[in-house]
Amino acid sequence: MSEPGSPRRQPRPLIVPFRRLAQANVAVVTGLSVVSALVLGAVLIVVTTPSVLHVLGHIGSHPGRALGLTGASVGDAYWAMFSGAIVSPSALGHVLSTGHGWVTLFTPLSETLVAATPLVLAGLGVAIGFSTGVFNIGAQGQLIAGALAALYVGFEVKLPIGIHAPLVVLAGAAGGAAAGFVPGILKARTGAHEVITTIMFNYVMLNLLDYLLSVSPFQQPGQSNAISRTMPATARLPHLFGSGLRVNAGLLVALALVAGATWFTRRSTLGFSFRVIGLNPNAGKTAGIDARRVTVLVLTLSGALAGLAGTASLAGTDFFLSSGYGGNIGFDAITVALLGRNRPTGVLFAGLLFAALDVGGRNMQAVTGIPLDLASVSQALIVMFVATPVLVREIFRLRGSAAASLQLSTGGWGG
Amino acid sequence: MSMTGVVAPDGLVVATAERVVPGGRVRGMGVFLVLLAIVAVLGFVSSVSSRAHATFLLSAPPAVSVSPLTMSVRWTAGALAMLCAALGVLLVLRREQRGAYLIFGVGFATFLWAFLVWAARGAQLNFVQMLVTTLISTTPLVFGSLSGVMCERSGVINIAIEGQFLAGAFLGAMIGSVTGDLWLGMLAGAVAGGLFGWLLAFLALRYAVDQIIVGVVIVAFCTGLTNFLTEQVLTPDQTTLNSPQTFAPIAIPLLDKIPILGPVLFDENVFVYLAAILLVVVNFGLFRTRWGLRVRAVGEHPRAAETVGIHVLSVRYRNVVLGGVIAGIGGASFTIGSVGEFSSEMTAGLGYVALAAMIFGRWKPFGALGASLLFGFSVSLQSFLAVLNVGIPSPFLAMAPYVITIAVVSGLVGRVRPPAADGAPYSRE
Repeated sequence: MSEPGSPRRQPRPLIVPFRRLAQANVAVVTGLSVVSALVLGAVLIVVTTPSVLHVLGHIGSHPGRALGLTGASVGDAYWAMFSGAIVSPSALGHVLSTGHGWVTLFTPLSETLVAATPLVLAGLGVAIGFSTGVFNIGAQGQLIAGALAALYVGFEVKLPIGIHAPLVVLAGAAGGAAAGFVPGILKARTGAHEVITTIMFNYVMLNLLDYLLSVSPFQQPGQSNAISRTMPATARLPHLFGSGLRVNAGLLVALALVAGATWFTRRSTLGFSFRVIGLNPNAGKTAGIDARRVTVLVLTLSGALAGLAGTASLAGTDFFLSSGYGGNIGFDAITVALLGRNRPTGVLFAGLLFAALDVGGRNMQAVTGIPLDLASVSQALIVMFVATPVLVREIFRLRGSAAASLQLSTGGWGG
Repeated sequence: MSMTGVVAPDGLVVATAERVVPGGRVRGMGVFLVLLAIVAVLGFVSSVSSRAHATFLLSAPPAVSVSPLTMSVRWTAGALAMLCAALGVLLVLRREQRGAYLIFGVGFATFLWAFLVWAARGAQLNFVQMLVTTLISTTPLVFGSLSGVMCERSGVINIAIEGQFLAGAFLGAMIGSVTGDLWLGMLAGAVAGGLFGWLLAFLALRYAVDQIIVGVVIVAFCTGLTNFLTEQVLTPDQTTLNSPQTFAPIAIPLLDKIPILGPVLFDENVFVYLAAILLVVVNFGLFRTRWGLRVRAVGEHPRAAETVGIHVLSVRYRNVVLGGVIAGIGGASFTIGSVGEFSSEMTAGLGYVALAAMIFGRWKPFGALGASLLFGFSVSLQSFLAVLNVGIPSPFLAMAPYVITIAVVSGLVGRVRPPAADGAPYSRE
């Protein structure tokens, strides 16, 4: 397929010293997409901050002051984002000078890993769907189903430490799988399009959660609010680096599944049949692959991963459920999968980046008062740029034909 | 490119352009109706005392007054259940697809009526108000699904309706509030929607980016941006920036006096009338004009369309931007059409519901209207049942519209056939 937007003449690369880098490979395009998104985010900060707009109005008389204040407001925001998500220089200084405060130093990183865990898990599920031509928008509902199942096994079953938590994780996967199976079987049996059914199931699950949170056995006894019972200590995922840092075994589950998914898609027979159906359903059917069975399996598997996402945050950090549990994780998983180009390792890095933006955004809101939603705006912009490598190439005048192969595809409605 | 099934001489349905209703599905629908009838008998007839009555109020202010309808729950629900069962048996015996949907629809309506009579036992149900609520909940969905029809008939998937809703709702409220002119607000909503329609077209057509991806990204972007701007810009100065008036209902003289229908259809605000006009215009345009033929040609077989001299990409560009404009107006109806202020994520996924309505309606404007009405009615039903206190927990009532949509999509629609080139990027070789 030719690229409709490809320029007729090869533009000269803007970054001449890095001629080899200027080839539009995946990493460069992704990096430049992040930069472009952050620049647009900076513009958004400037045009919505009255004090900055005010001084920019007088840029003719006080150019230095105007630019200084503009730079400071943007710089402060992004600095707060960085120090909230990766490492805070003041904490580093404290550790270097006193030798204490390691927990404070690693807290931002730990929080980013904690936030990344469910994003990666749910993102893997969505990605497996995408690469098979199944569009699962129901990660949110499946996440809730998984968390409910995990919570039930958590408080209802009495088991010793070491056995309980793995069982809870399995229950979470099973709950999510069940919630993914339903739209899968509906699609296979009746042809009901999964885009519709999975979206509708999100709302069904949100309401079901609201109901269960208000009745026994899920509701916290003695509470009139919609709050669930808490996970007993035996059912919680253990911390990895001591109780001061919230990063927990959920991260290991996510990493293991990234590795597992890589093996699955590349090496296993079932994964191969998934890919074939995703690339060309007709060829798959001709080769004797049961496309309906694949649809059911993919949605079930996708649901199981979303269920694990819910379990990881429930058993790892939150320990109870409340109304609207999971927030936007289900939808962010879609953008994470897209940014990760539906590949397991890609999803891992995309999840880490999105988590860093979210966690950093929280710090930015606390420090500078700029709303956290800037993070989600940036995330959307990043994916937009990544999905449009030709546009990035044009903006930065990159050379190279590799960009064409970066095009992502979900395969449309599929029929 | 025929839009209806063509029956070949040997009786086989050849062209499967819109749907295939296998005999088995018709029988299934019949069996379902019989089951509903049994549910009605067990739930609404045998469980209530013979003296229980339900009253439907049928009068609303502008119309000629009608006396309330009081029914015996047992007899009415019983008769309706019998009718429902009879229609089900008819479907099972006929097994013919012609008219099957109509029969099923009537049967389902009898069940709903029986349910309403049971739910309103010993109480009064304002039936007219219920229909008004239905229409109000339906209106944004009509805009959204028409937007989808416009885009997808030309071969571009618009999954960004939710984002265009949010953009239209936000800018409509803000401009309507700042200028104090609601028409400007509506215009701003249309522009905002059109802008994101353009972005979809720009990325999907010029750069051939996967249309579903662009759509998802636009929704994420609009959600983030409107949340950000609400907190950063609107909230600090709520009274100036986020307090628009709302369009008042316009009563159409004489017609609004018609009992029941008058207050429902002819005493609404401008968005409802506009939706009705657009519905007719888009339907006529798509299926009765040269423009519509071209659009559908581009959506079904762009290569062939290009061969006869139609510029595929400009047809798509125009349609996607127009679709965005329509969705933007629909978005504005959320703020300056009803509540009078913008709040974060106020569209609550209705853009996706509109998308579902479009698919359920088989990419046809009036089909989408039917689907939207079904959803709107279930929203209305849910709010009225909550008031009637029928003993069903409110979360289950709240999920009813979604469950009904799932049931309908999987039970009734079955496999649908989108325009052949829907979602496929096009480039001239």
